[in-house]
Amino acid sequence: MTGNILKEIILTVPMLPDMELAVSKTVDALSEFIRFKPDQVDEIKHAIIEAFVNASEHSRSTDQKIYLTFRVYRNKLSIQVTDKGIGFDPESVEEPRIEQKLFKNTRKRGWGLTLIKNFMDSVSIHSGPQGTTITMAKYAASNHQKEAVNE
Amino acid sequence: MSDFRVVTDIIEKCAIIRSEGYINNLGGEQIADQCYKLIDKGYRCFVLNLGKSKVVNSIGISILIELIERILEAEGKLAFSNLTPTVAKTFRIMGLLQYAETFSEESTAVSALSER
Repeated sequence: MTGNILKEIILTVPMLPDMELAVSKTVDALSEFIRFKPDQVDEIKHAIIEAFVNASEHSRSTDQKIYLTFRVYRNKLSIQVTDKGIGFDPESVEEPRIEQKLFKNTRKRGWGLTLIKNFMDSVSIHSGPQGTTITMAKYAASNHQKEAVNE
Repeated sequence: MSDFRVVTDIIEKCAIIRSEGYINNLGGEQIADQCYKLIDKGYRCFVLNLGKSKVVNSIGISILIELIERILEAEGKLAFSNLTPTVAKTFRIMGLLQYAETFSEESTAVSALSER
């Protein structure tokens, strides 16, 4: 049980170069409430960076903004990253493999979702014509349950 | 814009590329461009010291996949050094560590590559 929300931070951020760096620093301010280990904080920051970059690169949103909600629970940090873009089908995203990219005339990119799922303990994606929301969470406890839900 | 810079050094015929700052697409390109110039000059041994690049994104790192291709095509060698745990994990997830070793220190990386 994660319990009540202890803190909530809502940000609306423009899709500007390197804005993901500023956003990721929010985690530093929140991590003191949950006592994450330094490596966990770093992984959360990198997951946010990937989610932000994905939205910037792929959403084609007309408002060029990303909406983030950070929720601090007793032993969990939940982060929602939302864009109001064109959406995508998460089921159609193939798991990338470097063997399929090296020495092939193919794009080397496409790692964002994979990294997010590896850095965070749970990930869910809701996407449609009105936009995309990625909800991800990291638990402070070492014996957490890892969930990966794609909806 | 984040401040990013790349510094190049040569030790024992090994090219050391030290980055500082956020490795995004621009940072990845700067690293790769430095290496491509050195490949054209005949260097085949590369150590990428990313100790001062504690934040990366997958677009920047995917450019390093292209770099790995060029180095392997030139029958060269590549090692990474001074990676933070998260950057090392990122590289492992993306498969870069199948093609390049990591070392905790630059000097160890240089010694290892120079012996081979």
